[in-house]
Order: sequence, then C-alpha cells, then structure tokens
Amino acid sequence: MNAKPTKNYFNEMRAEDGAVREIYRRYADWLADLPDGTLERKCAEAELLFRRLGITFAVYGEAAGSERLIPFDIVPRIFGAGEWRRLELGLKQRVRALNAFLHDIYHDQEIIKAGVISARQVLDNVLYRREMQGVDLPNQVYAHIAGIDLVRVAENDFYVLEDNLRTPSGVSYMLENRNTMMRLFPELFAGHAVEPVEHYPQMLLETLREAAPTHVSDPVIVVMTPGSYNSAYFEHAFLASQMGVELVEGQDLFVHQRKVYMYTTDGPQQVHVIYRRVDDDFLDPLAFRPDSTLGVPGLLDAYCSGNVVLANGVGAGVADDKSTYLYVPEMIRFYLGEAPLLSNVPTWRLSEQDDLKYVLAHLPELVVKEVQGSGGYGMLVGPTSSKAEIEAYRQRILAEPATFIAQPTLALSACPTMVESGVAPRHVDLRPFVLSGKEIRLVPGGLTRVALSEGSLVVNSSQGGGTKDTWVLED
Amino acid sequence: MLSRTADNLFWMARHIERAENTARVLDVAHRSSLLPLDMEGTEAYLWYAPLNITGCAAGYEIKYGLARADTVTLYMALDPDNPSSIYSCLKSARENARSVRGAITSEMWEVINATWLELNRLVSRMQREKFPDFFDWVKDRSHLFRGVTLGTILKDIALSFVKLGTFLERADNTARILDVKYHILLPSVHDVGGAADYYQWGALLRSVSAFEAYRKIYRDGISPRRVAELLILRDDMPRSLHACMNEVEAALIDINGSSGREARRRAGEQHAALHFGLIEDVFSQGLHEYLTDFLEHTDLLGREIGNAYLSRRDHFETIPVRGSMQVQ
Repeated sequence: MNAKPTKNYFNEMRAEDGAVREIYRRYADWLADLPDGTLERKCAEAELLFRRLGITFAVYGEAAGSERLIPFDIVPRIFGAGEWRRLELGLKQRVRALNAFLHDIYHDQEIIKAGVISARQVLDNVLYRREMQGVDLPNQVYAHIAGIDLVRVAENDFYVLEDNLRTPSGVSYMLENRNTMMRLFPELFAGHAVEPVEHYPQMLLETLREAAPTHVSDPVIVVMTPGSYNSAYFEHAFLASQMGVELVEGQDLFVHQRKVYMYTTDGPQQVHVIYRRVDDDFLDPLAFRPDSTLGVPGLLDAYCSGNVVLANGVGAGVADDKSTYLYVPEMIRFYLGEAPLLSNVPTWRLSEQDDLKYVLAHLPELVVKEVQGSGGYGMLVGPTSSKAEIEAYRQRILAEPATFIAQPTLALSACPTMVESGVAPRHVDLRPFVLSGKEIRLVPGGLTRVALSEGSLVVNSSQGGGTKDTWVLED
Repeated sequence: MLSRTADNLFWMARHIERAENTARVLDVAHRSSLLPLDMEGTEAYLWYAPLNITGCAAGYEIKYGLARADTVTLYMALDPDNPSSIYSCLKSARENARSVRGAITSEMWEVINATWLELNRLVSRMQREKFPDFFDWVKDRSHLFRGVTLGTILKDIALSFVKLGTFLERADNTARILDVKYHILLPSVHDVGGAADYYQWGALLRSVSAFEAYRKIYRDGISPRRVAELLILRDDMPRSLHACMNEVEAALIDINGSSGREARRRAGEQHAALHFGLIEDVFSQGLHEYLTDFLEHTDLLGREIGNAYLSRRDHFETIPVRGSMQVQ
C-alpha cells in the first residue's frame, strides 16, 4: 500500500478551475451580495447565543468544571439529495452488518467458525464482554445509536474513518447548529430547500421505544448521564428534555429483584429502557469496575434477565474497536451477501510484522492511532509533527506495536469556513447518526466537524476543532 | 418526578430567594449606616445585625474579627468562602439549575445562567459606592427569575417544588429579620415614637418591601404591634409569615403523595396557627419566643420535606410510622 498525496484535496465549494460548484451556487451568490462586516457580526451574535444558552462542553485536563464553547462556524456545508441518498444506503448497510456481527459473536460465532475473523481478535479483545454471551436482545440490536465518521477524498469517494458504537456524542450540536443558523440567516433558508433535522429527538424516542423489552407495551425511558461535570452533559440534558424523559444519574436508580427502578417523589418507578451515556466499565460496580460511583449495583444482572434494555448494549465496543474496523467490509459480505457501499480507509495493522516495518519507515507521512483510543487523543499526524514528536511516538509503538494502527494521511475535503482572514477552505469530516430499532433511520445530515487552523486535519472538538451546520438540499 | 430533580428545583429556588434576602438585609444595613451612629450604637453593633440574620457571624469573625461595614458587605455579598454569600447562593442556584436543565424551561435556565455570567463580570469591578446598585440588581434578577418561571413553566409539580423552596426560604428570612430587630419593636427605654425608632421601623419595613403596604393599611404612625401584625399575620402581605405558609401549604397539597402526609400535616398546623392567631397572643408569649418557635418549626418542616420527597427512599421497605413525632 502506498500513502496518498496530501497536497491536493477535494474542495466541496469550488471546482479545480475555481468555479463555484452547482450545489453551492445560490449560497455563493448570497455571500457575494452580503454587505461587508455582516458575517463578522453574525459570528459574534452566534457566540453570544451559544454562551447564553449554555451550550458548552468541559475540556478534560483543564481546571475542573471549566466550560468552553465549541467554535461554531457560520458557513454551512452543503450536500445534494443524490449524494446524500448514496451515503444513506451505505450507512444503513454498514450499521446493519455491525449489529449482525455483534449478535453473532455473542451467540453462535458463525463468523469465527467460517474463518473470516479469528477467535483471538474477538474473544481476547478487552471490549468483548463475556457476560453477554447468549443474552438475547430485542430486535437483535446492540448499537441503537451509531455515529459513523466519514471523510471525503473526492467527489464520489467517501471513506469510513471509524464506527462509534458505544456512546457517540455530538448530535445536540447538529441540532443546535441548525437552530442557530435559522435564527441568524432566515433568508438563507427561504432561498434553499434544506431537509429538516429537527425531528431527530422524536426519531430517537421511537427507536428507544422499539428497543423496549418485548412484554412492555408502554415503556418508561430515561437518559442516563455520568453527571453535570461530564463533557457531554449539555447533550444528555438536551436530549432528555427534547424527548420528554427523565435525565437520571446512577444514584437515581436501584435494582430490586432484577428490575430497575428510579427514585421519584412518589416512590419507586420501574424503568424499561436506559439510553445510557455511561461507559460499560462504569455501569455496574458489581459486574465491572467496583470503584465506579456512576453506576447502579445489579444493573447488568437486570439487563441480562431481560427486564431492562440498555442503549447502546453492553459489549458493543468490540465492533467499533479500530482493529475490528478492518473487518467491517468482510462482515457486510458475510452477513448481508452484499458488496460494501462505503469503503474503509486502507489501514496497516502494526501487530503484523510487514505492516509494522513499513509504518516505522514511513512515520512522517502517516497517521498512527491507538486501537482503543478515541477523541483524537494520543494520535500521531506524521506530516504536521516535529521530528522529536515522531521519535517519541516511535518509542511508544515499539513498546507495544499491537495496540496501534496506521493509515495514510488522507486528503480530507475542505469547505468554505469563516476564519480571521475571511472565508477560506478548511478540512472537514462528517458524523451522521444512525438509529437502529425495528428499522434503521437517520435524519438527512449529521455533524460536520472542521479543523479551524489552515492545513490542519484534526477535527476533534477536544483538539480545537469546530462544527458547522450540514445541509442536505431537497431535489 | 425524580427525587434528585425535585431536590435541585427546591434548592435552586431557595438559593435565589436567599440571595435576594441577603441583598435586602445588606441594603437596609447600608441605609442605616447613613444615620448618625449614636442613634444605633457603634459600627460593630450595627453590622452584627446582618451577620446574625443570615447566620454567618461565626464564619465572619474567624476571617475578619470585629464587624465593619466594608468587610461585612464583602463577606456577605461576594465572598466565595461564605456559603451563604450572594455570590455563593447564585453559584449554587446555577449548579442546581444545570443539574436539572431538562426539568426547567430554557428561559429559566437563561436567566440563571446570564445572572451568573453577569455576576462574575460585576465582581471584578465592584466598588464600595456601587453596592446599593448591586443589591438592586440582585433583587431584580430574583424578581425576573420568578416572573420567567411563572410565565414559562408547566404548572405541574416542578413548579410546586420551586414554590416550596421560595416560600419556605422567605418565611425563614422574614422571621429572622424580625427576630434580630425585635428589640426595636418592644417598648424601649427611649421615648416610643422617637426619631431613631421611627427610622428603624421604617428600615425594617423597607427591607421586606412593606413600607408602602404599611402606609396603605394603617394610615397612621408606625407602632410595633402593627409592624409585627403586618409581617406575621397579614396574609395579603407577600413576605409575611402567613402569606408564605399559605403558599407552602398549597404547594404541598399539589405535590401530594402518600409519603408527604407528615409534611402536609406540619405545614397545615403552622398555617392554621398563623391563620387563626392573634397579635395579642404573639406578644404575650413574647415576640422573640414566638419567632424562635416558628423558625424551629420551619426547620423541622424543611427536614420533613427532605425526607418525604427529596431523598432517595426505597419504598419496598415498610413506611415508618410517624405518629410518635406529632406532639410539638
């Protein structure tokens, strides 16, 4: 495998000759007519709006309880209806296969028997949960909410960067970004037929209702948060209030005779579906980390008894791990008998001698990630790192090669973005949210993350990235 | 409703009300300090009153020793180390609100959050002469919070817990203000009706926004008995003990639930005593004794509300019999 060149990237607004692409034409015309200083003023307004609404996130590593805004970019990213439909089909296919994989490895393990993936790869993975073996889940769904990170490298080429099947976050920004854009630029929405995303909470609620234990006709649903100091607390509270369900912490729940109850002002009330934003490890001190104060003693037992459904399911992480990621195209062929509609990024496994050798020789051009890392922490972006950083990272790889993967530095597509010098292209990715209940649903769009510094490819909000509203135009 | 949610709503409202009351108490102390000192005594004497009313004299003395105008004001208004300072109350109110964002309206959250952000801006540039404006600002934000709450929130038990917190705190504060100032309501060695007494009564009434109401209702000179009657027994006076207990009792009836039986009984008993009480009986018991008794009952009621609704109770255990606690 050879690394792709990073200098030429796909500009989503302008063709190579500088002409505005059809899909951005209206927007570009509007932008050209805008009086000087308008965008700057709108930026300030947006910042004020976000700060007043308290749409903040906590940054780990800074003073406890400090709150920051995720920079919001006021230039929308635009997709055409046709482009989106192709993505949608690919996303649904991928998530269907991932759920089938999870059901299989926690039951008969046909995919291992068929030799597609090794038993070691699955069963030795720390995210594989032995406790889940043989547990039947409604609709055989493990990942009710999946955040699939996509990057675009050419007009019709999208890669899946990673699958997030544990507690993917960011959907509240997708919704608030749209909300803010509509407040700031009503005239833009009058001139564009933008597909709505506002019904996401309703869709999520339907998905969670469908996830309920089969014998329960009117399930009580809650959102479970680690608490108000969690970085995504705003989102937890936002989703609970948008769905009209309680936002609970572990301390609000208890288990009695394998059923889960919440403490209410009117005594205990049974809970049937928990949309939990707490990691597996912290869910139940009796089953997992005994020092966890975020969880509920006995929760796993109640879950395995079928009296409560957790969304996402326990043990879903084994399918979104970066080393399992490599097998997703195979899963699609194996379970669905279809050709994958979305491709993986070519990836080297550093557990393999040949791959390791190649990667160590090409570190300055590659991106290296920890297999179980997330949020952009602990990764190496070769082309933007100093010699010293690369050498330090080399030592980490050599110490434990199997915990890393490497990928070519992708030429992420770029979108017009408001920066100090005006509107300029910046690299972006896309996280659509795929919901799996009795059927698979998603709203048209997702969260576009943008690397705000010129040339940067790191879009994570924890690393200084921003977000944009994402438009899918109707035909 | 989740017990923790109810707990946060209750305390969010209490903290905002407490911030407002502290602002009122400090405002009055500032006004009084403009009088010649011999009318009230020494500076220390004057500035102990606000510390005593809010129950933070002990913490103050450790930090500053004798009561002085500037340090008392600073300690009670802006000191983060003082858990009942205006600063701390508004901070706690915001944390309570943040924990239950889903249960309050976005307008309520915006008021509380904006108050907190503005407070931090004000703190950095606070000067002595700006304090009266600051107290007005705190009162305004508290009024705004209540207005926004009533104007936006669904009339369900979330509102009842907010009201419960507001009025329990207010009853407690009015009783404390009266109690600390009770000596001026008793026949004193000075001539009754002297200028100092008149001023003190006026200040007391103003601190609970009752000066104009007093004028409207009584139309003649200020007498101790009438001031006490207005602030204890009149149910048309928004900060009187009677008016507050009206609201507390009504909120508890709305909240209902079997576990709240004892809380409702206590509130009903306290309310009935105010409803049927006579000012003559208050004075024959002794105003200080009467108020001490009231504060004790209010505290017990607060605890009972905590037991019944706000703490985590596992009802699969038998509900304890509470009959033995009924004799007061």
